[in-house]
Formats: sequence, C-alpha cells, structure tokens
Amino acid sequence: MRKTFGKFVAGASALALLGSLLAACGTNASQNASGGAGEAGGDGGKMYIPIVSKGFQHQFWQAVKQGAEKAAAELNVEITFEGPESESQVDKQIEMLQVALDKKPDAIGFAALDSKASAPLLEQAKANDIPVVAFDSGVESDIPVATAATDNIAAAGLAADKMAELIGGEGEIAMIVHDQTSRTGVDRRDGFKNRIEEKYPNIKIVDIQYGGGDHLKSTDLAKAIMQAHPNLKGFFGANEGSAIGVLNAVKEMNMQGKITIIGYDSGKQQIDAIKNGEMAGAITQNPIGIGYETVKAAVAAAKGETVEPNIDTGFFYYDKSNIDDEEIKAVLYE
Amino acid sequence: MNPSVATTKASSRFRIPPGALQQLLAFASLIVLVVVFSLSSGNFLQFSNIVGILMSTAVIGVLALGSTFVIITGGIDLSVGTVMTLSAVMTGVFITFWGMPVAVGVVGGVLTGALCGFLSGVFVSKLKIPPFIATLAMMMVAKGLALVISGAKPIYFTDPHATNFSRISLGSLLGIPFAVLVFFGAAIVGGLVLSKTIVGRYNFALGSNEEATRLSGVNVNFWKIVIYTITGTFTGLAGVLIASRLNSANPALGQGYELEAIAAVVIGGTSLSGGKGTIVGTVIGALIMSVLTNGLRILSVPQEWQTVVVGLVILLAVYTDILRRRKSA
Repeated sequence: MRKTFGKFVAGASALALLGSLLAACGTNASQNASGGAGEAGGDGGKMYIPIVSKGFQHQFWQAVKQGAEKAAAELNVEITFEGPESESQVDKQIEMLQVALDKKPDAIGFAALDSKASAPLLEQAKANDIPVVAFDSGVESDIPVATAATDNIAAAGLAADKMAELIGGEGEIAMIVHDQTSRTGVDRRDGFKNRIEEKYPNIKIVDIQYGGGDHLKSTDLAKAIMQAHPNLKGFFGANEGSAIGVLNAVKEMNMQGKITIIGYDSGKQQIDAIKNGEMAGAITQNPIGIGYETVKAAVAAAKGETVEPNIDTGFFYYDKSNIDDEEIKAVLYE
Repeated sequence: MNPSVATTKASSRFRIPPGALQQLLAFASLIVLVVVFSLSSGNFLQFSNIVGILMSTAVIGVLALGSTFVIITGGIDLSVGTVMTLSAVMTGVFITFWGMPVAVGVVGGVLTGALCGFLSGVFVSKLKIPPFIATLAMMMVAKGLALVISGAKPIYFTDPHATNFSRISLGSLLGIPFAVLVFFGAAIVGGLVLSKTIVGRYNFALGSNEEATRLSGVNVNFWKIVIYTITGTFTGLAGVLIASRLNSANPALGQGYELEAIAAVVIGGTSLSGGKGTIVGTVIGALIMSVLTNGLRILSVPQEWQTVVVGLVILLAVYTDILRRRKSA
C-alpha cells in the first residue's frame, strides 16, 4: 500500500507542478495584456477594455459576450469578459473588478451584482480616470459615464399587457420569478404586477413564487401553484429558467392550451415552445446589443468623446407570428 | 412539528427499541404533516398533487439515497449536486453529441457518477484527504468539467433517436411517473444493499469504529472506495433523471442540491457522526421535505417563511436524534 501511496504522491506533485506552470503562463499572458494596454493608452495601439459581467455560464451572458466581441472586432480593441459563477457571489465579482482595475485599462464595462459593494472600486476607477460603462441592470452611482440596459419595468409591463389581451382581461394568473433581491427580479416582478393592478382590475395575481432560475425547482413550484389554483388562466415566468419551469409544469399536468404562458428571455426550449404553441410568447432583451453598446460606449468614453448616459438597448415581445422576422431572429439566442 | 416532540417523551415510556424510534418519529411527522395540510387545503390530497410531490422528491431523493451510504461511514459527499449535473451533461454528450443509443447514454451517465464517486473514495481512503475537503474538491472539478464539456450551454435531447429519453422520467405506469418508480426502485435496491450485504455490514462497522474495523482484518480502504462509488452511482442515476425530466442537461443546474440531499438524510434519522441510518428513513426524510414545501406552497405561505420552516425542521430532526442517543447511552 505504501507503494501505491507513493505513486499518488508522485502524481499529485506532478499535478501541482503542472498547475503552477499553467498559473505562470496565465500571469505572463495577463502581464503582456496589461503592458500592451498601458503602452497603447495614447499612441494608437490596441485599447484594452475588461468587461466584468454578472456571470458567464448562462446563455444570456454568452450572448452579451458575443455582442461585446463583435464591437471589439469592429473597433479594433482588445477585451476580456468574465463574471462569477453565480449571481450571489458579490465578493468574487468585486475581486474581478479589482484585478481589472489593476491592469490599468483604458475603460471598463461593469454589471454590478451589488452597487454598494462596488462603490469604493468605482471611486478608484474615477480617481484613475478610467471611464466605467455600466451594463445590464445599471449601477446606483453617478460614476458610470453610461448605462446600457433593458428597461425591465417597461418590458415586464408589456408582458402584462399581452397576458391581459390573451386571457380576455379577466381571471387568475400567477408568476414565477427568479429571485426577490436582484434588480432584474424586482423590476420584472413589479413591472408586471403593477401594470396588472393599475390597468386590469378583473385580473387577479394569485401567487408569486421565486425559483432561483432553477428549471427543476421552478417546475415544482409552478405545479404546486396550479394545484392550489385550479382556475388559473395565465402564468408569467420572469426569466428563462422560470419560464421553462412553468412550461414543464403545464406539460406535466396536461394543461397545454388551457393556461396562457408568457416567458422572458430566449433559449432553444422557449423558441420551440412558442413555435409549437405551448407558450404564447415571451419578452426578449437584446443581450447582443447590450454587449455591443457597452464596448462601443466604453471606447468612445476612453477617447474622451461624450456618450449618451442612458443607452436603452431595447426589448421585444415575440410570438409565433413574428419569431421568424429578421429583427427578432437577431436578438434570440439558443 | 410540535407533536413530534411530544411523542419523543411519550414514546420513551413505551420502550420502543431505540433504533426504530427515530424512524417512527420521522414517519409520524410525515403523517402529521399530510393530515394538517389535507385539512387546511382541499387541493392537497388530490391524486395529481400527490404524484407532483413524489415527482419533486425523485431527484433529490435519489441523491439522498446515495448520500446515506457515505454519511453512515461518518463521511460526507458534498459533490453530489454537481456530479449529478456532470452526469446529466455526459448523458447529453453520449446521446446527442456522439449519437449513441439512449440506453448506452443512460448507462454512461450513471457510470460517470460512479467514476466520480470512485475517485472521491480514492482521495478519502488512499490519500487520506478528509471527506469534506476531498468531495468539496470533486464538487468544483465536476462543476467546472460540466461547463467545459457542454461549452457552458444546455444540451437538448432533441435528436430523433432520443425521443424516448424524456420517458425515463415522464413516462408513466398507472398514472405514476417513471421517475417516481425509479426512485422507489433505487430505494429498494439501496435498502437491500445496506441491510443484506457485506457492503452494508462494513458500512455500519466503518461508521461505528473505523479503527476496530481495520484491526479485525477488514480492508477499510477498499470498502470505503466501494461505498463512495455506490454514492456516485446513485448520483449518476439522479443526473439521468433530472436530464430526462427537463429533456435537457443544463450545466448551471444542481447547485445547492447536495445540501438538500444531506438535509433529507438527516431528517430521516441517519446520524452525521456515522454508524447509524436507514434507507427507509431517508425516503421518509426526503418525503417530509417535499410534503412540507408543497404544503406550504399550496397554502401560499410566503417563500421566505418556507425556508425558515425547513431550517427549523432540520434543527428539530437533529435535536431528537441527540435526545435519543442521550437516552440510550
């Protein structure tokens, strides 16, 4: 057994060695990048703009990244794109922002998970004359020179109007929202809820539950809501995971066609469900546009040009009738 | 929940064998919950809702079954949530990327879990890394690999030859979804392994006194690896179930599931200090968790409070376990 243990130790040390080698390469690369960017500052070389996002593994962020890369290629600047694994990792994001600032970039793109927590670093950026462009949900601070974001309140309001129209202006509806603390969660919930309460007195929102954007949890939540409210006529899912959860629940309870589902965001399953009529429609943001506008504004700000402070990157309601329009196709991401 | 505290005191007078007490308590709590929710909402005891509850127990339940094994050794497996995700992703890779037949993909997914469990077992037994750390590392490795392999995108089982894949969870027999049947089937197999085989016997021996087990000539390292592999196999099965129910393998899924699985095991009376536990207990524990959340949802209790209640139930479960051991000591 001692022999095998020795082998493991050897293996482990080899792994550690490999790890440190990789780490060394990593440092070199980033040093090069920051070095290059430093020189680039004024003499026409490549600008360096790090983008610190709220995440990277969801399709939405991948689409934002795609837009940012498109702008970077067009404007001939270098970007990096990173974000924490989950949207609760505020501290990790702060660390990423810190590292990004330490590289002395020409400008920075930032989607804050927590505006207050990032305030000191934003002050630091300001002190070092690094323009900050906020994206996605904005930063409650006057330091960002611009914010490229979807007006989630208005977008959810549009979803409420569509819901009212589809269920004939009366009846019980429910909502599954991803969470009750993030800006997008709160805005979409309130945007939808307030519009219903203000404009449609005969529609009653019987329940609002939070599924953390987890597909399986949202499915179970939606099933319980349907169980508790057998007369439910409509269901709003406030992000991709929530909407898919609602869709699964309706399918598992064989209520297709009896409950009107309106979703948010896109993704293959939502697109398919809308095409085959299981989901009435959904709101889509323009994540590619968010990424694109962020980099564009950052470059302009770094050059000292004036930028529009509020860049509305827009939203659309898509359903069976317009899902194949070029305008919609461009903003859907699978 | 209060009634179960009351029963603790009452039942000790009736001299129920200590081993069965925790399980009886858990079962009584389950019945109490079902009765309370049935009385307070007419929608609770409908067939479709019962099926819904069983369905939402299936994935976490299978994870909890697996976790029972390592927890009885006095160890823990923090990686089950993300290994489940990795198994789901690998099932997707086998079936849709590589075009393998569904059955082969399913076996591959289960084996992925088994392999991860095997590795955790090797880290814990041969490398002597504490289970908490070894499986924490495995948790991160699995999470990262799931993202890398899937390209950080969900994999959909939409290939023509994969049309039967979603039936593994969603198909049904006499109105009972297959996912539920798989869960109960897995529970029966798990229960037999734990109570009737040599693996089970060594499992309890390891958890009660590892040193004594070693001194009596048992190859402790070998059996630990076997047990972690069993846990991994259940985890792989959970991965197949979740992928099949959602008809997709989402690499962002599964975070925090390990804690829910551990909670179900603990509520079911398995002791985190090892040496004691049952599969039946875990099934009941998992059912208590989902009956509780389902019932509170149906009563439209605000979700923040649902979380508080589940937390309190876990506290209560562990506390009754401590009470019981104090009495039997």
